Amino acid sequence: MPKNTQIKSILIIGSGPIIIGQACEFDYSGTQASRSLREEGIEVTLINSNPATIMTDKVTADHIYLLPLTVESLRQILTERHIDAVLPTMGGQTALNLAIEADQQGLWEEFDVEMIGVDVNAIELTENREKFRQHMIKLGMGVAPSYIANSFLEGKEAAQKIGFPLVIRPSYTLGGTGGGFVMHPEEFDAALRRGLTASPTHEVLVEKAVLGWKEYELELLRDNNDNVVIICTVENMDPMGIHTGDSITVAPAMTLSDTAFQRMRDAAILMMRSLGKFAGGCNVQFAVNPENEDIIAIEINPRVSRSSALASKATGYPIAKIAAKLAIGYNLDELKNQITKTTSAYFEPSLDYVIVKMPRWNFEKFYGADRTLGLQMKSVGEVMSIGRSFTEALQKACQSQENNRSGLGADKKEWIKTEDILGRLDKASDDRVYRIKDALRLGVPERTVHKLTRIDPWYISQIKDLIKLEDNLMRYNIPDEIPREFYVELKKNGYSDAQIAWIMRVDESAVTKARKNLGIKRTYKMVDTCAAEFRAETPYFYSTFDGENESIPSDKSKIVVLGSGPNRIGQGIEFDYCCVHGLLAIKEEGFESIMINCNPETVSTDFDVADKLYFEPIFWEHLEEIIDHEKPEGVIVQLGGQTALKLAEKLDKKGVKIIGTSYENMDLAEDRGRFSDLLKELGIPYPKYGTAVDADEAIKVANQVSYPVLVRPSYVLGGQRMRIVINDEELERHVLKIFKHMPDNKVLIDQFLERAKEAEIDAICDGEEVLIMGIMEHIEPAGIHSGDSSAVLPPYSLSEKAIETMIEYAKKLAFALDIRGLINIQFAIKDDHVFVIEANPRASRTTPFIAKAYEVPFLNIATKVMMGTKKLKDFKIEKKLEGYAIKVPVFSFEKFPNVDMQLGPEMKSTGEAIRFIKNLKDPFFRELDRNRSMYLTR
Amino acid sequence: MNISNSKKAFLLLEDGSIYEGFAAGRIGTTTGEICFNTGMTGYQEIFTDPSYYGQVMVNTNVHIGNYGVANDDEESEDIQISGLVCRNLNSGYSRPLASESLQDYLEQNGIVCIHNIDTREIVRKVREKGAMNCIISSEEHSLDSLKDQLSNAPKMEGRELASQVSTREAYSLGNPNSDIRIAVLDFGTKRNILNCLVDRGAYLKVFPAKTDLSELVKFNPDGYFLSNGPGDPAAMEYAISTAKDVIETEKPVFGICLGHQLIALSQGISTHKMHHGHRGANHPVKNVITGKCEVTSQNHGFGISLKELQNANHVRLTHLNLNDDSVEGLELKNNPVFSVQFHPEAAPGPHDSRYLFDQFIDLIKKQKNN
Repeated sequence: MPKNTQIKSILIIGSGPIIIGQACEFDYSGTQASRSLREEGIEVTLINSNPATIMTDKVTADHIYLLPLTVESLRQILTERHIDAVLPTMGGQTALNLAIEADQQGLWEEFDVEMIGVDVNAIELTENREKFRQHMIKLGMGVAPSYIANSFLEGKEAAQKIGFPLVIRPSYTLGGTGGGFVMHPEEFDAALRRGLTASPTHEVLVEKAVLGWKEYELELLRDNNDNVVIICTVENMDPMGIHTGDSITVAPAMTLSDTAFQRMRDAAILMMRSLGKFAGGCNVQFAVNPENEDIIAIEINPRVSRSSALASKATGYPIAKIAAKLAIGYNLDELKNQITKTTSAYFEPSLDYVIVKMPRWNFEKFYGADRTLGLQMKSVGEVMSIGRSFTEALQKACQSQENNRSGLGADKKEWIKTEDILGRLDKASDDRVYRIKDALRLGVPERTVHKLTRIDPWYISQIKDLIKLEDNLMRYNIPDEIPREFYVELKKNGYSDAQIAWIMRVDESAVTKARKNLGIKRTYKMVDTCAAEFRAETPYFYSTFDGENESIPSDKSKIVVLGSGPNRIGQGIEFDYCCVHGLLAIKEEGFESIMINCNPETVSTDFDVADKLYFEPIFWEHLEEIIDHEKPEGVIVQLGGQTALKLAEKLDKKGVKIIGTSYENMDLAEDRGRFSDLLKELGIPYPKYGTAVDADEAIKVANQVSYPVLVRPSYVLGGQRMRIVINDEELERHVLKIFKHMPDNKVLIDQFLERAKEAEIDAICDGEEVLIMGIMEHIEPAGIHSGDSSAVLPPYSLSEKAIETMIEYAKKLAFALDIRGLINIQFAIKDDHVFVIEANPRASRTTPFIAKAYEVPFLNIATKVMMGTKKLKDFKIEKKLEGYAIKVPVFSFEKFPNVDMQLGPEMKSTGEAIRFIKNLKDPFFRELDRNRSMYLTR
Repeated sequence: MNISNSKKAFLLLEDGSIYEGFAAGRIGTTTGEICFNTGMTGYQEIFTDPSYYGQVMVNTNVHIGNYGVANDDEESEDIQISGLVCRNLNSGYSRPLASESLQDYLEQNGIVCIHNIDTREIVRKVREKGAMNCIISSEEHSLDSLKDQLSNAPKMEGRELASQVSTREAYSLGNPNSDIRIAVLDFGTKRNILNCLVDRGAYLKVFPAKTDLSELVKFNPDGYFLSNGPGDPAAMEYAISTAKDVIETEKPVFGICLGHQLIALSQGISTHKMHHGHRGANHPVKNVITGKCEVTSQNHGFGISLKELQNANHVRLTHLNLNDDSVEGLELKNNPVFSVQFHPEAAPGPHDSRYLFDQFIDLIKKQKNN
């Protein structure tokens, strides 16, 4: 069936603020869908309360509503605008739930809006555990024995019938919230209670645990003609029992025979076709018994999901983009493969590489959180890596994590005590893959590792092969002795020069030098959906050590944008937003834009955003080779958060031009001592401070500064391990903790300005002029991390004088630091006295927020200013805000039941929402204002 | 596989390119036409598919051997490929149902392999330059001598190979009391084709490639099946003539791959050597009769002419390749005869097209009832 021409305007529902289990992958899918529909001449309206998304940007959609995701907001939109159809499958469970709620209230019918890409009855079937189970049985699919329970008593009865271990799965929850394994009867009562409470319908499924079975996910697309294709099959390296969002996953499936795979494929297609009538994407999860290859269906999600974003990046097949076209009536055979442009979209991608997805956890942010992994997702982000072997991809994934590891082990973070290691194998936590390697290195048999982890022996043997290589390497004394062939083998297995150096106990630079002398360098291969069977023009590349290089640098002048790596608390989607705008601005100025990042959830790593995409770790060795290969004009580090900024020093040392503010000046802003000297010189007040390298010194400094003081390690993200302490005793305890976890670090001790107000300025400077983008005043008093506080744009209670002073200081600083591009300055205001707390010479978390609230393309302007192709005077800036815009932080505490919800100087929120108010009488604002001190630690 | 200690091997292509890798399987030398398969599962089924006879296989999937080999996954009694090129050949494998490692299996079957090769580079070369011969050697390291041997390797075009892989003796399969009797002409049939027919209740007699109609009718068949197989169909005069004969019996006839090409040739539609063929498990085909699409398993280096098919009044196009608009299936307007270029029996590959076997059996039943 060709395109439905009746549909001329479509509403896409976004997924709201980032929470664990629902992150920026839905910005990626919503953005793709919107662009895909606009390509067809359809007018797209978007609703999302998350201001840091690219989907809610003018470049993506025709009409944008930054409103709370409620039926009232939908009604407002439908009243203001003619909408023919709503597409609710791009915004995760949040969007689906909202669409269903609106449906139940008759909203769509009232406004004559068609729901496309979805079948409401199908959703009910997939979300209701018991209905799903009955449906599977009807289809002849295997399911684990289970019983539904709506009460505590029913739950107890179910457990009695099933026996232990068992699983509790609450109905209608996201990311496995409230669910979990129960290994022993004594843990059951508490787990059951938690499950029942988590379910909005007070309903859980008590199910026999299929621990140790292999877990698979299939991504499907279906059109109106009931044609179905499997876009990607993802194998979880971690077996059943660990949430797939917390599992290391691999594509293509590594340990699946064709017989087993085809049965799974048949089952997936059968399941999808049985789910009512809809055209779009779908995700199906299976468990496979490794002994006899029996298959059971775990769940099915009839919408675009986290895994479909991953599958799109893993295969090059843009699932959301195609799903959107199917929703408006196209059939798969009427569409072209978006990568080859010549072959059909009705096909199943073939991979000639291995991808590894590795979750990124942030447990250090949640004191008291249980680090063990289970049914409930706990990771806050993920990385994806691509290699020409599993080991290469696995080590690249480790290098992408940005957790101070240089690969899978072979660094100073290896564990050496067998007992400790074995304990970690049995109970999986975030570091298990490293512990597997440690165990094998210490001679623990592969069988034992398999028995403890239940990870497929193939993966364990692959990691064991690494140990053999390392043993081999130890036979050489200096890097120059390593024969070329062996060196290449190491690199093909993903070893970084840093790892080789650590094993040989030599300096990394010696290893790199030896490698370069041997002429060993990376080659780049294309991700093309078809294993090179057809010609593709897509500029989507990854590195490996094979013979042929496919990435031919053009003659154009190029600018590289560094991404921000995996999402973490304190560094997330907002930098993706910045990068996308950076890339577009670079193109507008006639340069070739090159993106480097390893985060599969992002829009900036979509293959048609930059002129060229390198899906690579933000890790110096990889970066250096891309730069050597492409010889760009310069590199932009201001848009990728602290991750990108941190690489400025190495780039500068290598003689690569940093676009915008120079490395020297960025370092001046980052270096606490030199920065304070600068403030002093400029006559700008700042809280008293000092640095210390041990506890004695810290006490001395703290007494000089006077309590209460803020203590933190230097160079950390999102206020990690930052505390307010009030006496010597507390100080000592905390300083010792910092040194224990971060040896070789310094602590910074700042005077804490009690009951001060906090505010921040984001600005752009071109060397001649400073443009104040916006001033945000925090509602909560100083002491809560800026990322966790509600903030109001523009200020609502600060005096004229204070605001003028802040602007004056901001300008002084921007000129003194010779900023070219962006700067963010944080202030504390006490009794109308303004203090500068810190300055960040880069895009900040709030930059996208301000751009959205004022409807000014600040990132575009900033990028052009950075590049020096435009001056601020070339732009006409019109801020369009009536009243105020409030940034509201959003937390994911429900994922960590034992964690203290109190807020402090360390950031804990995972996302944010925007809320517009006309004036300060608004009840929403008044509520926030009333509660401003509620969560304050002290 | 820990390659540091492995023996070296060389791969030479007809266009003069030389690749160095490591030896696996049997230590020796082998030649054949190089081809690639983009399937991500089912290496054992691919290696034992008789249609690959005389060809050197490049697997685009970067890990081969991960799940070992199992008796049930053989598509014929032998490994049929003449050599194997891959990126990572794994000595370690994991599958409780497997019987041995791929390395052992290859060695026992005398297959010469080379691994640690940039397979993607080779695929790109074959894609651009077309099918060509190659030589792999893990024993002879004089490149000149290898080049000599390579130049003497026979061309695939004009080569009759089916009779070499066909059964020597006729044999029966299935329930002898079945009222659906199918005579199978074995040009190198895959086991799963026979299984698919037997599973649907048919009693089969499988005949050697060069059996003529007079011999086939003795089985008193209700329908005829023309199997897949290797080589150039145009070089199979004997089979083209048998195909014509069985069609003239007016009994239902079904052909797969080579069988499909033979039916086309028997109807005056010519075949040609394709640039580099279709081999994989993801090829999109549209059934132009029903409008439905199917993902198919494919393995062919020859194709039939779409133009000649469209000009033939008595032949109708049934299936079309969505990637390159090549012919994937046909039927005769006046006879109960149909055939497909792809492999509905899969093994390896998707099961989307299994309905064709039902269609064949239904056709037989219908004709018997009339």
